[in-house]
Amino acid sequence: MSPLVLDQVTVRYGRSTVVDEVSLTVEPGQTLGLVGESGCGKSTVARAIVGLVPLTGGHVLLGGRPLPRRGRRRPVQMVFQDPYSSLDPRMSVGESIAEGFAERLSPVARRTEVARLLDLVHLDPARAKSLPGRLSGGQRQRVALARALAGRPEVVVADEITSALDVSVQAAVLNLVREMQRELGLSMLFISHNLAVVRYVAHDVAVMQDGRIVESGPSDEVLTVPRDEYTRTLLEAVPGAGA
Amino acid sequence: MTLQLAAPAVRPASWLGGRWVRFAVRRTGRLLVSVWVLATAAFLMVHAVPGDPVRAALGANAPASLVEAKRASLGLDRPLLEQYLSFLQGLVTGDLGSSIVTQVEVSETIRTGLPGTLTLAVAAFVLAVAVSIPLGVGIAVLTRRGRARRTEFAFAGTSVVLGTIPDFLLGVLLVYLFAVELQWFPVAGRSGPESYVLPVIALAAGAVAILSRIMRVEMLAVLEADYMRTARAKRLSPLRTYLVHALPNAVTATLTIGGLLLGGLVAGTVLVENVFAWPGLGGTLVRSMLGKDYPLVQGIVLVYGVLVLLVQTLVDVLLALLDPRSTIGDS
Amino acid sequence: MRRVLTPLGITGFALLALILFLAVFAPSIWGDRATTVDVPSALQGSSSEHWLGTDALGRDLFARVLVATRLSLELAAIATVIRVAVGLLLGTAPMFLGRRLGGVVMAAVTILVAFPALLVVLFLATIFGVGATGAVLAIGLAGAPSFARLCHTLFASVEASDYIAAARTAGVSRPRILFRHVLPNVAEPLVVSATIDMGYTLLAFAGLSFLGLGVQVPSYDWGQLMQDNLSRIYTDPLAAIGPGLAVVIAGLAFNFIGEAVARSFGTRDDVRRPVAPPRRVPASLRRQDQPDLLTVEDLRVDFTTSRGVSRPVRGVSFSVKAGEAVGIVGESGSGKSMTALAVAGLVDEAGVVDAGRLSFDGADLLDGGDHRRLLGTSLAMVFQDPMTSFNPAHRIGAQLAEVGRTHQALGRRVAWARAVDRLQAVRVREPERRARQYPFEFSGGMRQRAMLAMGLMGSPRLVIADEPTTALDVTVQKEVLALLGEIREQEGAALLFISHDVSVVREVCDRVLVMYAGRIVEDLPASELDESSHPYTRALVAAVPHMETDTDRPLAVIPGQMIDPSESPAGCAFAARCPRASVRCGVEEPVLEVLPSGARVACWHPGEARSVLMEKAEVRR
Ligand SMILES: Nc1ncnc2c1ncn2[C@@H]1O[C@H](COP(=O)(O)OP(=O)(O)OP(=O)(O)O)[C@@H](O)[C@H]1O
Ligand code: SF4
Ligand SMILES: [Mg+2]
Repeated sequence: MSPLVLDQVTVRYGRSTVVDEVSLTVEPGQTLGLVGESGCGKSTVARAIVGLVPLTGGHVLLGGRPLPRRGRRRPVQMVFQDPYSSLDPRMSVGESIAEGFAERLSPVARRTEVARLLDLVHLDPARAKSLPGRLSGGQRQRVALARALAGRPEVVVADEITSALDVSVQAAVLNLVREMQRELGLSMLFISHNLAVVRYVAHDVAVMQDGRIVESGPSDEVLTVPRDEYTRTLLEAVPGAGA
Repeated sequence: MTLQLAAPAVRPASWLGGRWVRFAVRRTGRLLVSVWVLATAAFLMVHAVPGDPVRAALGANAPASLVEAKRASLGLDRPLLEQYLSFLQGLVTGDLGSSIVTQVEVSETIRTGLPGTLTLAVAAFVLAVAVSIPLGVGIAVLTRRGRARRTEFAFAGTSVVLGTIPDFLLGVLLVYLFAVELQWFPVAGRSGPESYVLPVIALAAGAVAILSRIMRVEMLAVLEADYMRTARAKRLSPLRTYLVHALPNAVTATLTIGGLLLGGLVAGTVLVENVFAWPGLGGTLVRSMLGKDYPLVQGIVLVYGVLVLLVQTLVDVLLALLDPRSTIGDS
Repeated sequence: MRRVLTPLGITGFALLALILFLAVFAPSIWGDRATTVDVPSALQGSSSEHWLGTDALGRDLFARVLVATRLSLELAAIATVIRVAVGLLLGTAPMFLGRRLGGVVMAAVTILVAFPALLVVLFLATIFGVGATGAVLAIGLAGAPSFARLCHTLFASVEASDYIAAARTAGVSRPRILFRHVLPNVAEPLVVSATIDMGYTLLAFAGLSFLGLGVQVPSYDWGQLMQDNLSRIYTDPLAAIGPGLAVVIAGLAFNFIGEAVARSFGTRDDVRRPVAPPRRVPASLRRQDQPDLLTVEDLRVDFTTSRGVSRPVRGVSFSVKAGEAVGIVGESGSGKSMTALAVAGLVDEAGVVDAGRLSFDGADLLDGGDHRRLLGTSLAMVFQDPMTSFNPAHRIGAQLAEVGRTHQALGRRVAWARAVDRLQAVRVREPERRARQYPFEFSGGMRQRAMLAMGLMGSPRLVIADEPTTALDVTVQKEVLALLGEIREQEGAALLFISHDVSVVREVCDRVLVMYAGRIVEDLPASELDESSHPYTRALVAAVPHMETDTDRPLAVIPGQMIDPSESPAGCAFAARCPRASVRCGVEEPVLEVLPSGARVACWHPGEARSVLMEKAEVRR
């Protein structure tokens, strides 16, 4: 296991700089929370890491080496925000998960592996044959998580994975995320606008504003004794906090 | 209550100026590029014709010397680029060359035919918009949420059938019914106002069928929109809710989708003019195509193309007036 | 497939079968009859022998129309193939040629699409020459740009979807993405479009032949037959119209099929309006105490859908006192919004709203009178999505001023001035300039304020806010909530605040109504949310992490899902998910009982610990 390092990552769309020299480190086996308000560039960071958005500057390194952009082996996987659009509506749950496998497997091995993954995310393995249209939002998000885990990644990037879910479902997904992370020793970049959610799952926190990281450090420090003005504003705005 | 009486009527919305200027510049730019593409295509058309266009036009029996002379007078023996530049220059000065067959200047032919075509197209445009919008709205309101099933079915059926019948065939049917049988309107030609009725209906009917169907769908969508709930929450009168809040948005959406259709009316005149022996450019175009009179075809196609582009620009300006968002950004 | 076989689809397929039959067999069956020259009987009208009459050479027109089916269809099919092939090639060019070159191709396509197909056809027909080949090429190519654009739009939208991004991050190869994800998801609309186009292609050929530019003698297709006989409209109308009829029927066949398939994609939700007998609660059941600002008794909302009756609100009773802030919380689909809409009289016509009593500010909203002015000035609404709740076509100021003009009989200028003043009251900076702007020029937080300002055009006694801050960032949420508080203070308005977020409700409200499956299951002071009696409330509160949550323990979860509004369980609707559920819960519905504290709860085992309950269950058995 090796750290995922973002070194001075910059992303520009046309003339506007969306991500501005962001440097972050996701320590092995740890969860780094990335918080910030809408439009601050959180999702772009996530997409830049997995190669969905080209970098304008800087590097993304895993264990000191750039990430592979070709071939089936992808050590960094991503889970998306909207559970309703992140699964192909015409592909069964099992097929979607199997797409993530890093190596070719025999049909039998595939089936057992899919069943194992579904079981891991607490879904009935019999669900492998259903289409996503039959699943609830929370169940879809579990499938998306299983697909990400199928490639046996070292790092999982989770972009606002609970913001489209009901609170009761959010709790179940958050529990699952923590369980996965602990049991599999995954490293994780957990992006959310919800400070309480990030506090619950992340060991470290980075706060982003207008494309820049304004503060980062261990969760209990950043979220209790914030040093940056913006972090303080965010914390004060959390409902129930010092109002 | 403060007494700042700054109603928009008092002070014109000058801040909009910047956006409108930018919109005008962008839209004009697009129009010019399209006209240039059109002109280039029209120029290349003559050169894309397989074989020698002059020989084709004058026929296999024409003496070689005549063909040569004609080629020279058309400038076809000069280098391509030179021809192109003088063609563009001619366009700017209104010189479109002259017919191979009759020697009459193309611009002269266009000048005589254009009014007929233009009045037909404009009348059909106005009729199409004036009928399809109220019709679509009315049907939408009547058939909302699966009410009045039968009305919906009848409307959908009629509009599909009417949209499928080609305008020239509709023209023939209209002539048979209203000119031959009932003798309400003249069979052909352009004379008094009554002579317009059948050709304009034939041309506009298809557009009405399709536009009113789009209008209905858009109106239904708008009626479900969140801002309509806001309007109802303000407890406005139902009439005001429909006319002030729903209509502009539905019309905007309809024009966005159906705008191209209105440009199509211009081209549709070719067929309808042929049915009604209407004195316009359509008949001339077909005759010159059959007679391979390429300079004439070129000129008329150019005119039609420009008319289409103008209609589309008009639609875009209408859209911009209805929906301020469309002045910013551009697809 | 079953959904394709609507009357429309069946008609389409039947017509198509007929046409295909004719295309295959007509030439061998009627071929002779169609070509037999019989000059003496030339140009006859319709008769029992010659249904459509005869042409200038005495050939039977009806037979010719039938035989022409093959050529007409062939030409249209070839042109459609050209159109689809070239369109696909152009439309997918950006995928193969890279961004820049592909962009040039698409720009060219955009310009071409602007020209009507007929004009392009005439243009190309000039180049390719008069005749069937030229016509096929011209019509096929003229249609290509619009098909290319459709392809491009569809491909682009699928390409931009998250599931493609997910496949790419998973390392799925490019060809596999194309074949497994993209093509299956674009194929259906493309096939539909090609089918409908086939119909229009037939018509285009007819048009071209009609002008004499298409099929040439001695070949004949429908258009050519039309052109040949059109001049006979005065004498033998059937001869002139017959071939045209064939074209229209064929065009309709393709149109119907395309339409039927396209309709089957979108599931159409047909709602029928049921006739519900008016139901009134006996007067004795009505509460007689002090006048509340808002009183709701036994409120129900029913929808009749094709899948049965859906009951999103099932007998809700509550009241709001003047100046009080009452929250409604619950999971998605619990009926919060529907309750609010029903109270405000905004449930759309498909829903049947019924209540024992519904009174607001002393007026009985069920008496059938016109309460527009009262509701328009005393009841303010704020909705969840600030982006869609304003009319995009009108200026913000005009949308506010409208209220004053309608209900307060203000003149144009006075209403406008008041709108500006109200915008200022909700602290929109530069209110005069802002009033003249359109909604799209406002940010989300500003729109919610403008919405509040709209409510403040009158003098609201009650503000109903349905998730007013859910779509906003926390910092903006804080400002909007503060503004709500101010309005309550200054206007003395009561608040009905709907949210799925318990922590926000706790901060804003005095009292909380907890809804589950269309019912109120608990009604308690906001300060007592942590000591709630109902197991659902408990779970809801515990499921939300807050800044003091113990990070070492898993969050409380509510297993399973809420029942659908169309189901009606015998006992407690929460029973399947409830840790305290007993036998009784499964058979008998708990009623909302008033506790000594004044709070209300609907549960057979309120506040009991699980162990106690298990024992009880044991004993009972
Ligand atoms: N037009 C309709 N026809 C049938 N059922 C409907 C209709 N509109 C809403 N419903 C149903 O009413 C139920 C309650 O919806 P409502 O919007 O009140 O829930 P909610 O508690 O506000 O949820 P959310 O938190 O998602 O906003 C839902 O199950 C919904 O499907
Ligand atoms: S009534 Fe029974 S099932 Fe319903 S909430 Fe109470 S304990 Fe649970
Ligand atoms: Mg709601």
